[in-house]
Amino acid sequence: MSFDNAYESLIDQEDAHWAFGTGFTESLAGVDRAVPATADRADLFAYCLMLGDDALVLSQRLAEWCSRAPELEEDVALANIALDLLGQARLLLTRAGEVEGRGRDEDALAYLRDEREFRNVHLAEIECGPLAGGDFATTMARLLVFSSWKIAQYQRLRAFVDPVVAAIADKGLKELAYHRDHAAQWVVRLGDGTDESHARMVAGVRRVWPYVDELFTADPVEQRLDVDPAAFRSEVDDVLAAVFAAAGLERPDPVPAARVNGRAGRAGVHTEAMGYLLAEMQHLHRSLPGAKW
Amino acid sequence: MDLEAEFERTVAAEHRVEPRDWMPDGYRKTLVRQIAQHAHSEIIGMQPEGNWISRAPSLRRKAILLAKVQDEAGHGLYLYAATETLGADRGLLTENLISGRQKYSSIFNYPTLSYADVGTIGWLVDGAAICNQVPLCRTSYGPYARAMIRICKEESFHQRQGYELLMTMMSGTDAQRAMVQESVDRFWWPSLMMFGPPDAESANTEQSMKWRIKRNTNDELRQKFVDMTVPQAEKLGVTLPDPLLKWNPERGHHDFGQPDWDEFWQVVGGNGPANAQRVAHRRKAHEDGEWVRAAAAAHAAKRTRTKESAA
Repeated sequence: MSFDNAYESLIDQEDAHWAFGTGFTESLAGVDRAVPATADRADLFAYCLMLGDDALVLSQRLAEWCSRAPELEEDVALANIALDLLGQARLLLTRAGEVEGRGRDEDALAYLRDEREFRNVHLAEIECGPLAGGDFATTMARLLVFSSWKIAQYQRLRAFVDPVVAAIADKGLKELAYHRDHAAQWVVRLGDGTDESHARMVAGVRRVWPYVDELFTADPVEQRLDVDPAAFRSEVDDVLAAVFAAAGLERPDPVPAARVNGRAGRAGVHTEAMGYLLAEMQHLHRSLPGAKW
Repeated sequence: MDLEAEFERTVAAEHRVEPRDWMPDGYRKTLVRQIAQHAHSEIIGMQPEGNWISRAPSLRRKAILLAKVQDEAGHGLYLYAATETLGADRGLLTENLISGRQKYSSIFNYPTLSYADVGTIGWLVDGAAICNQVPLCRTSYGPYARAMIRICKEESFHQRQGYELLMTMMSGTDAQRAMVQESVDRFWWPSLMMFGPPDAESANTEQSMKWRIKRNTNDELRQKFVDMTVPQAEKLGVTLPDPLLKWNPERGHHDFGQPDWDEFWQVVGGNGPANAQRVAHRRKAHEDGEWVRAAAAAHAAKRTRTKESAA
């Protein structure tokens, strides 16, 4: 490509491929997209939403760091992680729409569902910095816990009843391994670095700790699909214990946040932060019905 | 051998000057200033577009925008690295930016007020930036020229993405078409200002041309930009807000009106619509991150000590 003319080829090549396209067929080429007859459709739809919403909502939170990170390198890294999660969310929500079979695409599901229809865990939605509710240490504490939990979950999903979700999990694992490594390195640096960073890291872990129990509490949908997260709690605990030990941090006592009449994120009952997150994310899409983007 | 004469010969012969070569102090200072301002522009430029990431109207657009803003951080990094080959220090340059001692492209002192602005910035602002930057791929200082080759490739990708967004919006609803036109109306004149003041008023052009740091004058590049943009606007279906704009067959170029240079100097002077906000945002990010950078340095120092005592 020549660069003498900035507008060269702008008019002639209007293929949609260069601008990220949908990319779905490429990354999941060869995977059978028929909905498996052995799974209950409603349950499978709900579970795709749970997985997709976890990724979408945390991506939205991480993108808040854009132009606010402590170093330029970290701006690049956090955007990268947010992009990975957004990519996973798009695949999962697209799959949710296919399974549901009512013609809803990723955008209909992301932008036109109300708060009570979102099924992500609270850990993904709470504010952990850069805005109110935390700082860089809190962000890394959340990312460490989230990615360690997701890795264990996705590892099992590689053998899931739906081959599309299994393929998405397989692809996502490589990304999550990088996210966990990045977070673990920062938790160690900050835990070990200075008195201030140590104190902030302790506070960051305390901030996210009440939301850990929910990660391992099975929703009835997960029980019926045989993907109970309680099965991998000890595995995740071991990973976190190893990182905390290297960082010179003590693991806080478990103090799970109480649920609301027994319900939390998986059942669509969220923290107060969620309404604001969705208001911001969905506003433009909803204010121009019928628009093409 | 006369070092200065050798340097002049290298530059005049279109050969590259490399970091360890002798160079006049003025050349070094001019380059550090220009590259640092370019780096600052990339970093400050993350803000007006980053403003729309959380509200992007589709997940595909969100991914495109997030990736673009991430690229800008990457461009800032390469460019700060290029200044370091000239002996500059990234930390000091950041101080210069947040204290207002060094400038960045004034275009980023304009606010982004609708999602169409994301497309318009890609099409017009990145387009103007490419016009300015393509000649820099042949600039005399090697590390800068090589950084610019990579940056121009990515910028032209961004430009296509911006244009494609506008095209898509123009094929949408009336409200979307109006949004695009309003955005183009707001950004047209500031885009023309991106080439700098008219040649007669440009303080640095002559020496920079002689040293082959700069390859074209401001007015030449502005003309080129207008000539390239007019057919794009027609294809898009928008009107450019300049009653004097018309093809001049004798010159083989478009005639066009002048931007409001008083506004330009006001914005350059620090009194633009968003100057204070942009610098304060960058300063806050830098200051809020101070304890993180200190912790990383302390941790690295402890590890070095542990390794040394083990050895």
